[in-house]
Amino acid sequence: MFDYLQYVRQENFPHIWCSGCGDGIVLKALIRSMDKLGLSQDETVMVSGIGCSSRTPGYVDINTLHTTHGRALAFATGVKIANPDLNVIVVTGDGDATAIGGNHFIHAARRNIDLTVLLYNNYIYGMTGGQCSPTTPRGAYASTAQHGNLEPPFNISGLAIAAGASFVARGDVYNVKKLETLIGKALQKKGFSLVEVVSPCPTAFGRRNRMARPVKMMEQLRDTVVSVEKWEKMTDEERKGKFRTGILKDIEKPEFTAEYAKLIEKMRPEE
Amino acid sequence: MAGEQSASKKPAVITVNTVWCKGCEICVAFCPKDCLEMEGGKCKVARPDDCIKCMLCELRCPDFAITVE
Amino acid sequence: MSNDRPGKVRMMQGNQACAEGAIAAGCRFFAGYPITPSSEIAENLSVMLPRLGGKFIQMEDEMAAMGAIIGAALTGQKSMTATSGPGFSLKQENIGYAGMAEVPCVIVNVMRGGPSTGMPTLPAQMDVQQARWGAHGDRGVIALTAKSAQETYEQTIRAFNLAEKFMTPVILLIDEITGHTTEKVIIPDASDIEIVHRKKPDEDPENYLPYRLTDECVPILAPFGTGYRYNVTGLCHNETGFPTNDSHDIQCLIERLTRKIEMYEDDIIRNNELMLEDAEIGVFAYGSVARTAQAVVRMCREEGIKVGLLEPKVLWPFPAKAVFAMAQKVRAIVVPELNLGQMAREVSLASECRVPVHKLGRVDGRPIPPQQLVEKIREVV
Ligand SMILES: Cc1ncc(C[n+]2csc(CCOP(=O)(O)OP(=O)(O)O)c2C)c(N)n1
Ligand code: SF4
Ligand code: SF4
Ligand code: SF4
Ligand SMILES: [Mg+2]
Repeated sequence: MFDYLQYVRQENFPHIWCSGCGDGIVLKALIRSMDKLGLSQDETVMVSGIGCSSRTPGYVDINTLHTTHGRALAFATGVKIANPDLNVIVVTGDGDATAIGGNHFIHAARRNIDLTVLLYNNYIYGMTGGQCSPTTPRGAYASTAQHGNLEPPFNISGLAIAAGASFVARGDVYNVKKLETLIGKALQKKGFSLVEVVSPCPTAFGRRNRMARPVKMMEQLRDTVVSVEKWEKMTDEERKGKFRTGILKDIEKPEFTAEYAKLIEKMRPEE
Repeated sequence: MAGEQSASKKPAVITVNTVWCKGCEICVAFCPKDCLEMEGGKCKVARPDDCIKCMLCELRCPDFAITVE
Repeated sequence: MSNDRPGKVRMMQGNQACAEGAIAAGCRFFAGYPITPSSEIAENLSVMLPRLGGKFIQMEDEMAAMGAIIGAALTGQKSMTATSGPGFSLKQENIGYAGMAEVPCVIVNVMRGGPSTGMPTLPAQMDVQQARWGAHGDRGVIALTAKSAQETYEQTIRAFNLAEKFMTPVILLIDEITGHTTEKVIIPDASDIEIVHRKKPDEDPENYLPYRLTDECVPILAPFGTGYRYNVTGLCHNETGFPTNDSHDIQCLIERLTRKIEMYEDDIIRNNELMLEDAEIGVFAYGSVARTAQAVVRMCREEGIKVGLLEPKVLWPFPAKAVFAMAQKVRAIVVPELNLGQMAREVSLASECRVPVHKLGRVDGRPIPPQQLVEKIREVV
């Protein structure tokens, strides 16, 4: 048994997420990785935007900042630059980070500022009742795509890689142990690190797409997730309908707050 | 360690917090030993003796509602 | 600000004076996005801040800049952003957030003409109502103004002091003329400058409530990382900082956000008065227009017209008492401003129909020349 209670704000439970929502599973994986790394609760800040996913901070007993829709990365950038000693974790959704907050997302990645971003991708706007998001698959149904979605989706991890993030991984809530490992790696990375977590929304996405039962959504994850290692050996035909999880990028490059510290050092008047 | 091994042979104590459980059935559906069942919309520990302490139910419960010791 | 020592005399633009004032006030974090006519504030601070161990960042847009200063402020830093019309519009949602979450920070708006892209290089005072009502929701607002580089320096310091004291975003409204005019500024000795720092909690973390209800109505937010773990949100929240749906808690919160400014109005509001005692015509003017008005008061007096000036240093909360007092003395009030009557409207309300209030609005990007105001006054007489 893992003792989650020392890390959560029990007074706020049961949490607001629906039955079978993946968000609670991600939160647990995060707590276990924080525990494994011995992150200080006093020195860790969690920043989120608006959405079901962004309600995560309310449940974690650390410094928490629930901001405006799409802007979590901007607030987090301020926190981290003002006090680089703090560990800053950003929790956001597919809509929060890649629709309204898309600009902040690519620029935080480009800047390579030391933030750990957990992006809960449920392919939908959960909180507002199931409208299309930038990751809703083509042809899927949403309350604003009742004839099927016409738009092609973003590949979020691909976007972060292209924008300059130093660590990018994708995980899912069926393969929870792997998810925990990926989050741990992201937390340790000095630089912009993203874990895109595929996290089912049975209520707003599942119900419209023949997966109303949470178990059904978990089964779908089980059947469509492929590790990056295996993916490499698959043919295009075999890859159809599947997606890969694992570390997609992990490089070393100058990190913003470290570079800024050097600038301050250089500016210091000589004694 | 020998001590640990004997500890893991102790029968599992599976606890469900029925106030927090929202009855999603995830734990029930993916238990490799079929130890759990649904009853009245909540998870019920039906066959604890079969439990192999794989911890998957605890790891995947979205509601922090089931623990295995 | 007391001037015990003579201070250093320097020549600088209003925008530079703003940057100097920020540094003097203890600002060590700036985030911004370039926009004319405010960019010199960012440019100056990009040079000054790293030298002092402070942080400067150019963000990807104004929403980001506003978010970043709120994040930085929550770590205990004094933080600022600067912008102009279009950028001020973009910042509004997060300014409202800072109001709701009670995070101290300073927003400088070097006003240019609008609507929209309007007149990027020309002065205006068209954002004075936006400063009050630009963000959605009800809350008290503090907005200061300045008419010279010297005042910009002083008012920037005051903006930080008020933000820290009342745990709220404070807006400083200057205009393109003030921002870009190079003139003499007396920089006082640091020991002569009054600096306010936000309060720190005196209870231990176990008993700490970030939004504790007190008679002062101002919360004490511990900087992140100091052992007080709490939640900050833009949702309606109770004393704990966690979201609430409780009707009593919500009513209390929203009323308090307005009351915490209203109850300190007398502390916050400051006005300059010029020859109002025996005035028959009162002029209400602020920002760069107040400089014209000062000259006009003297010009009119020479002509034998008894004119006086009420010059607010604080636009919000609105100096209603001073306006009402003036309305009881004078026969008419003239409000010259670089918009079509945004403050004249407040003046009318505050004077409670005792005297006619005449607008003089100029919106072509040109300052109001003294002659134009004199003519308006003659017409009123
Ligand atoms: C400025 C603004 N626009 C719109 C909204 C309404 N809104 C709240 S959450 C949300 C979408 C959230 O979607 P996502 O980020 O995917 O989070 P999820 O709920 O799916 O976890 C929207 C559009 C808002 N709160 N603020
Ligand atoms: S609406 Fe979807 S994302 Fe939101 S809590 Fe419910 S299941 Fe989760
Ligand atoms: S620990 Fe494994 S075997 Fe035991 S009840 Fe849970 S899922 Fe079943
Ligand atoms: S996984 Fe958790 S919430 Fe779902 S049924 Fe099992 S105990 Fe209940
Ligand atoms: Mg979503």
